[in-house]
Amino acid sequence: MGVDELDRATVRVSGLSRTFDVSRPWLNRVIERTPKAFLKAAQDITFSISRGETFALVGESGSGKSTVAKMVVGLLEASAGEITVDGVDMRGAQHGKEMRDLRRRMQMIFQDPYASLNPRWRVDRIIAEPIRAFRLENDEKAISKRVGELLELVRLDPRDGAKYPHEFSGGQRQRICIARALASKPEFLVCDEPTSALDVSVQAQILNLMKDLQDEFGLTYLFISHDLAVVRHMAKRIGVMYLGRLVEVADGKELFRNPRHPYTRMLLEAIPDLEMSGRPRKAVEGEIPNPINPPPGCAFHPRCPLANVRCNRELPLFKGEGETGVACHAVEEGRA
Amino acid sequence: MAETPLLSVRNLKVEFPTRRATLTAIDGISFDLKKGEVLGVVGESGAGKSITGSAIIGLLEPPGRISGGEILLGGERIDNLSQTAMRKVRGKRIGMIFQDPLTSLNPLFTIGEQITETIMTHLPVSEAEARKRAVSLLEEVGIPAAAERLDAYPHQFSGGMRQRVVIALALCAEPELVIADEPTTALDVSVQAQIIGLLKRICKDHGASVMLITHDMGVIAETCDRVAVMYSGRIAEIGPVRDVVKNPHHPYTVGLMGAIPTLVGELDRLTQIPGSMPRLDAIPKGCPFNPRCAHVFDRCRAERPDPIDVGTSRVACWLVEEGRNDRASKVEQA
Repeated sequence: MGVDELDRATVRVSGLSRTFDVSRPWLNRVIERTPKAFLKAAQDITFSISRGETFALVGESGSGKSTVAKMVVGLLEASAGEITVDGVDMRGAQHGKEMRDLRRRMQMIFQDPYASLNPRWRVDRIIAEPIRAFRLENDEKAISKRVGELLELVRLDPRDGAKYPHEFSGGQRQRICIARALASKPEFLVCDEPTSALDVSVQAQILNLMKDLQDEFGLTYLFISHDLAVVRHMAKRIGVMYLGRLVEVADGKELFRNPRHPYTRMLLEAIPDLEMSGRPRKAVEGEIPNPINPPPGCAFHPRCPLANVRCNRELPLFKGEGETGVACHAVEEGRA
Repeated sequence: MAETPLLSVRNLKVEFPTRRATLTAIDGISFDLKKGEVLGVVGESGAGKSITGSAIIGLLEPPGRISGGEILLGGERIDNLSQTAMRKVRGKRIGMIFQDPLTSLNPLFTIGEQITETIMTHLPVSEAEARKRAVSLLEEVGIPAAAERLDAYPHQFSGGMRQRVVIALALCAEPELVIADEPTTALDVSVQAQIIGLLKRICKDHGASVMLITHDMGVIAETCDRVAVMYSGRIAEIGPVRDVVKNPHHPYTVGLMGAIPTLVGELDRLTQIPGSMPRLDAIPKGCPFNPRCAHVFDRCRAERPDPIDVGTSRVACWLVEEGRNDRASKVEQA
């Protein structure tokens, strides 16, 4: 990775962790003599995203993908680690003009378009909110013109602005969410499962739209999904998460051609095969363990076919070359 | 046809009367399910897949009602049975697996109580025998230490394990038909593969036919022998899975297959079907797919196409019927 690439990285996340206190109330702890309980939702997450790139995080439920997304946009405070966007440290810039500017430049698209739009507001007011909040336009006429442009951008009719969210289908609502996210002219979008609530044919429309917008405005995406096929379609680089840790980061195509971490291999094995190639499928063993008491050593070892004594005891470190890498003893020792 | 199909649905119609209008959720669908066959029913939300399942098992939510057609199980009509007679069919001859295993198990009873109760309702066995059967069933669905786990409550199981219990429950009276409505939608990918594999194996072992309702074409391709593609309460295309997936005829199926991101091949853009499925109160005249169809012509807007045989499939499309579909598939490929 040269200096050039370092400069191009707009989003850098290093050593990011988040711990939630999930203890019972104090009195229960005293009476039941239970200790405090902590859920480590994300631990030591490190990655960077270049300008105009799509970086995806995949993982099953409880792997911590959404926690990372929320920390990156600043909706959730990190317990440790740092996030810099365009060289600005998010923690240092919690207040003041710098943060305000940063917030304008990053926006989020949520999973559920039914829950992320205010049902009492008309669509034009929803989309105009970021414009007003950041005082991008002051004149009412200019604002409504801009809202119309944004609606057209997401292939809706400018007249739809006068309607309420309930008058739209799921796919159209997600378009409204995208229009709202684009209203502040952001450079970086965090998309948390943007199509999980949608049907396939509508999902295809939204994914195509997101790609078009990326080409048009040079947007940078952090794309969160549990669907490997969607991720493969969208992302240039992919990070695989398991129980709060990043286990593998690889180039999109390479990850599918040559998965290295045993968990990645297992995930790929598990996807139903639409091609009906009749490839033999290994049965996947076990389920995700409880994140409050994760297994010691490598969290994946109880389900891993390559696990040995070292995996039970010692946490594998993330060993990477440049922008990709894997955290696995078996891969490191050449047993994989 | 020499052999009587296990399940035969003839011109089934389901309506929901509302204050404003009567909504037709299922509009004249017909299909057969042979003994030992796995039939997939696929479609987007609102296509009527789940309502078809509920209608067959007699669990339509009021005011929904069957307003036409008939459902035959082993040659006998079951759509006009009384509630009492239907209760003997439900659970005994048709087992049901729902999407969310947490809501289909009673949280106040141990899973052992729930399984033995079901066995004793439908089979003439003693409680001790029913318990023994329950243990062997739980072992069969892959629950470790089944004898001890029998006294556990549903909340003590993980999502995947709970769905295994539900499968055991559906199969405990040795039904001829199992209807599985989105059995893996609430589960993670790695667990989904386990459950689908289990469902397929165990139904084969017990000689039960399966009707698998899902929105996931990948699951269908892996599991089913035949598949019915539903759109707006009608069957757009039905045929052997391989033919429907690899060589779809109906423009909707073609679009649907192209819209699914795959794990192989290079594709910059997904095929995109414009618009979305019409609401039940605004189903267009003629073919319900016509406003979204790229190959629409006058007849599609005026007359409703009936399913016709095309090779091994049955397709409801004027384009196919008039032999214009060569053009259609060429356009899609371009």
